[in-house]
Amino acid sequence: MALTIPKETYSGKIYNVQLGSGAKAVTIGGASALPFLSFEGTFPNRPAVALEVADIAPDDWPETLKKAIGGVSANPVQWAKFCQEQGADIVALRLIGTHPDQQNKSPEEAAKVAADVAAAIDIPLVILGSGHAEKDTQVLQAVATATRGKNCAIGKAVEENYKTVAAAAMANDHKLIAMSQLDVNLAKQLNILLSQMGFDKERIIMDPMSSALGYGLEYTYSVMERIRQAALLQNDPMMQTPIVCDIGANVWKVKETMAPDAEAPEWGGLEDRARAWEVITASGMLAAGADLLIMRHPGAMAKTKELISELM
Amino acid sequence: MALSGVEIFKHLPKTNCKKCGHPTCLAFAMKLAAKQASLDACPDASEDAKKLLGAAAAPPIRAITLGTGDKAVKVGDEICLFRHEKKFFNPSVFAVAIKDTEAGDAAAKKIEAVKTSEIDRVGQKLRVEAIAVIETAGDPAKFAGVVKQVVDGAPGVPIILVSKNPAVIEAGISHCADKKPLIYAATAENAEAMAKIAKEKKASLVVAADGLDALAELSEKVKGLGVEDLVLDSGARKAKDMIEQYTIIRRAAIKKGFKPLGYPIISFVGRDDALSEAAAAAVGVMKYASIIILNNVEKWKMLALLSLRQNIYTDPQVPMQVAQNVYKVGDAKESSPLMITTNFSLSYFIVRGEVENSKVPSWLAVMDNEGLSVLTAWAAGKFTASKIAQFITESGVEKNISHKELIIPGYVAILSGSLEEKLPGWKITVGPREANGLPTFLKARA
Ligand code: SF4
Repeated sequence: MALTIPKETYSGKIYNVQLGSGAKAVTIGGASALPFLSFEGTFPNRPAVALEVADIAPDDWPETLKKAIGGVSANPVQWAKFCQEQGADIVALRLIGTHPDQQNKSPEEAAKVAADVAAAIDIPLVILGSGHAEKDTQVLQAVATATRGKNCAIGKAVEENYKTVAAAAMANDHKLIAMSQLDVNLAKQLNILLSQMGFDKERIIMDPMSSALGYGLEYTYSVMERIRQAALLQNDPMMQTPIVCDIGANVWKVKETMAPDAEAPEWGGLEDRARAWEVITASGMLAAGADLLIMRHPGAMAKTKELISELM
Repeated sequence: MALSGVEIFKHLPKTNCKKCGHPTCLAFAMKLAAKQASLDACPDASEDAKKLLGAAAAPPIRAITLGTGDKAVKVGDEICLFRHEKKFFNPSVFAVAIKDTEAGDAAAKKIEAVKTSEIDRVGQKLRVEAIAVIETAGDPAKFAGVVKQVVDGAPGVPIILVSKNPAVIEAGISHCADKKPLIYAATAENAEAMAKIAKEKKASLVVAADGLDALAELSEKVKGLGVEDLVLDSGARKAKDMIEQYTIIRRAAIKKGFKPLGYPIISFVGRDDALSEAAAAAVGVMKYASIIILNNVEKWKMLALLSLRQNIYTDPQVPMQVAQNVYKVGDAKESSPLMITTNFSLSYFIVRGEVENSKVPSWLAVMDNEGLSVLTAWAAGKFTASKIAQFITESGVEKNISHKELIIPGYVAILSGSLEEKLPGWKITVGPREANGLPTFLKARA
């Protein structure tokens, strides 16, 4: 019995979304088959990895992580340059200091940091608010204006604030990250709403809501697999936006990345364990179709990029 | 692949003799198609019909058991390509590789690592299940020595014997013949000899070839030699080849009913760099590898891989549940706040994560609601005032705290009045609706 390679026929394709400009611009998306199946489709762009930078010193990040970043974390501009030197494809600036529970920094302060960071690097920039839906509308508006022309991705637009955030992205020629809550239909719904207000769907990057290894990873994994199948097999244009997974923020708050050796001897050494937690979470997201990963640990990023090379 | 009633009918005697207890051959065929009858009931069925139906009834990927006794593990018997289609049934087995050159201390260390690998995660016990003994020196006696060391050192742990030299396998299997080991591997060159050993010793056998065509051809040949419990190695070692080849194997078996590839997959992911090895193994877990051979099983590596395997093999229809209990988050003291949520694992993880974020030590009461989220459990009448009151009273949490205040999810604010009635002396406070409101909420109180 001879084997006939059972191939899928894909009718859809993921949009190409370019971030930044010039020689260091990065394009994500473009896949015409399920992840890494080159025998039945093409993958013009490899998944990109962004390293995260915070606008304020990340005092609440675990020690292992702070150590890996070194002494630059008090200064977002230096930190961003460090990320670029470490080989990140993209810098992801999270304006956590604007959160009312953090330092409640003003939109103007945030805009200045964003502009300074954008000026200091030549790789593309992703700019994330603090996740406070209301405050983010003002912050992201100011930031979008201040970085006009840099072709950033800004976000996250969520159900409560998508109109304002999308308008800010649109007015300043940025791409948009739109996040829904772990649900195929909600992801699609948000893309539809954005399209209805005139936002070009080919400028959206969708965030299905990430989760860490051991803490609901399988939900994100299956939601992503289903989104990708709808995009490629059912040719659903509202599902064909590239996918971003914001994993660092999830990974670096679980016990496995924080518990010291003495507290969890059966879990092995903290440093290896924590780095592995981010790499294995990343590998899960890649297998399910991630086009962009936002990570925190430079070493974990490097290892993840090695895996991506092996998968391409 | 399932056959329709009409297809089955074509192969029945068509005499309508009723000996099967059904009025007509067609009626019987319909019952067979619905798997409500067995062909044995028809005394006149031809050999052809028996073969056809037997093949159709077999699972698309054969189930293989490694080892015997309570440490035996089953792999294969999968029915889908994506976990959301149904579920993945038999989790990938992790095995550590012990080379014959590691005889003695190095081997002893790895054996010990396997024996102490068990961890408890979300109520499941997870561990490294098997040991692969690898021949590198071409010396049957040396190989057999390590096999013996493993059998004695880790009694009952399933063994994989790795050598392409039949004489080496013969020597090794003499120490574990009755333990259903897995032999690696039959190749185009040694198929007859390996099949003979596997048959004699009732062992399972890997067929190894470079590329899928050669693999399919070889598996048919070995099956023809009388060995049915087969495992496949297509030669994929790079992550890319693993995803591509394993996908083709799984698709061919499940969607096309292609029997020569209808067996579990074995994957060798050994790397010099431990984290690279972990990443390659992760790809195997997600993409259909049933047996994964690692060079080393460091605790941190296995914690990550076993967690991933648990995530991927969880039944998507039956949400993972956390055990009912009052959990301590951070260094909770007598005066720390007490919150309640349901035991849907995702609710628990998210709530716990946000409480940890808040840095406010707390008590988190997790109530068994059959894994439903707060709103669903409330709507289903499983998260009611009387049930919550009963749980809080019986949990004994009162012994750990100096106050009597319970914070309930904002979504069930409606319960606060009746809860205060059912829990006399308690103050019920309504918390935020979404977990991400918890840090603000908790900090404001602290
Ligand atoms: S016993 Fe066989 S031949 Fe007789 S009616 Fe049943 S199926 Fe037909």
